[in-house]
Amino acid sequence: MSMKFRTRQVDGITILDLSGRITLGDGSVTLRDGVRDTLQKGSKRILLNMGDVDYIDSSGLGELVSAYTTVKNQGGDLRLLHLTKKVHDLLQITKLYTVFDIRDDEAGAVSAFTA
Amino acid sequence: MTLESTLESVARVEAAAFECARSAGFDEDTASNLAMVAREAVVNAVIHGNRYDLTKHITAAFETTADALRIRICDQGDGVDVEALPDPLAPENLLRASGRGIFLIRAFMDEVHFRKLTPGTEVTLVKRRLGLE
Repeated sequence: MSMKFRTRQVDGITILDLSGRITLGDGSVTLRDGVRDTLQKGSKRILLNMGDVDYIDSSGLGELVSAYTTVKNQGGDLRLLHLTKKVHDLLQITKLYTVFDIRDDEAGAVSAFTA
Repeated sequence: MTLESTLESVARVEAAAFECARSAGFDEDTASNLAMVAREAVVNAVIHGNRYDLTKHITAAFETTADALRIRICDQGDGVDVEALPDPLAPENLLRASGRGIFLIRAFMDEVHFRKLTPGTEVTLVKRRLGLE
């Protein structure tokens, strides 16, 4: 199953609810397009809800990093929400856990943007 | 399996690796990790080995023995010095968008062997079947 997402706004934060696989090809491109479109609409505070992302490969990890640096370079912030165990483990062994702000509850993640 | 140097080949090997791992007795999580590792190896073969050259092929072989599952992926490219690859865990590399494939392969496998072919590279991925039937 390739990656899909839908976008919603909560208290000025753009949440992208991702689902499926973030892998080389379609999944990575979909994530890139989603973040780019969000930035183009002027939203620079982005929360990626990864709760339904069941699989990610090295290309997908690279795309997450690219999204993070792109948003940061535009003065915004990109954070992660609801990691599945598989994605959590991958972020831990690649030390990307130290790069991203990762949250387990949506309300707390949204309020932390404005804290 | 003999495959074309395309990304479609990646999905075929990934699916075959998962089935082979399950047949070898690995649980679903481990089989999923083994499939991901096979995927990374074939991605490397297609992109960095054969560089999408359709005159070159990828081969994938799976062998289950009493002690281990072995996956061999071969390409026909110029070869890559894997020892010279940057450490993706180094602070200066953490924000790089690429360079984690071989690291993940090594992280999930018990043994990883690279062998130079003429031409090409063979990578052998070994997962021991400790405690499995």
